[in-house]
Amino acid sequence: MITKTEVINLIAKKIPNSEVLVENLKGNDHLQVTVISSEFNRLSLVKQHQLVYSALKEELASEAIHALALKTETPN
Amino acid sequence: MQNSTKDKITNLINSNPLMVFMKGTKLMPQCGFSNNVVQILNSLGVEFNTFDVLSDPEIREGIKEYSDWPTIPQVYLKGEFLGGSDILIEMYNSGALKEKIEVELAS
Repeated sequence: MITKTEVINLIAKKIPNSEVLVENLKGNDHLQVTVISSEFNRLSLVKQHQLVYSALKEELASEAIHALALKTETPN
Repeated sequence: MQNSTKDKITNLINSNPLMVFMKGTKLMPQCGFSNNVVQILNSLGVEFNTFDVLSDPEIREGIKEYSDWPTIPQVYLKGEFLGGSDILIEMYNSGALKEKIEVELAS
């Protein structure tokens, strides 16, 4: 179990200049996460997702987050 | 990860131009995310091979470390890690996936 706030804080800590949106898809362990950051400008899509995953590494490994639908965007 | 597991993954990726590590099989995906990838690739009409990670715990954990990617499914195109279901869906919707697969498989 993990709260939306915890997810947001973990990502914000890893990617300071980001905006994070979290929604529950199906219960609390299936999450839809959107991260918007200028940090992504210089990264490939795979690297963008890897950066976000790295912030949630333990939570994914322990299955505190069972499923994560991730979307990364750069600010317009 | 054991070397034998790593070798097995490398071999699967190198011997299959479009390789999907997924939960379940093409006909019976065992997870919605894996199913998404199968449906996308089917709709593009491209040939691809799959490996059911539920059949092999070593590969199931090993592929996560191998790709530095914590989730399944994972898609490799010509030995290059392409992404998981979110990236495949995004590339499919933009049309980039079809183009990339066609270019890579033709070369």
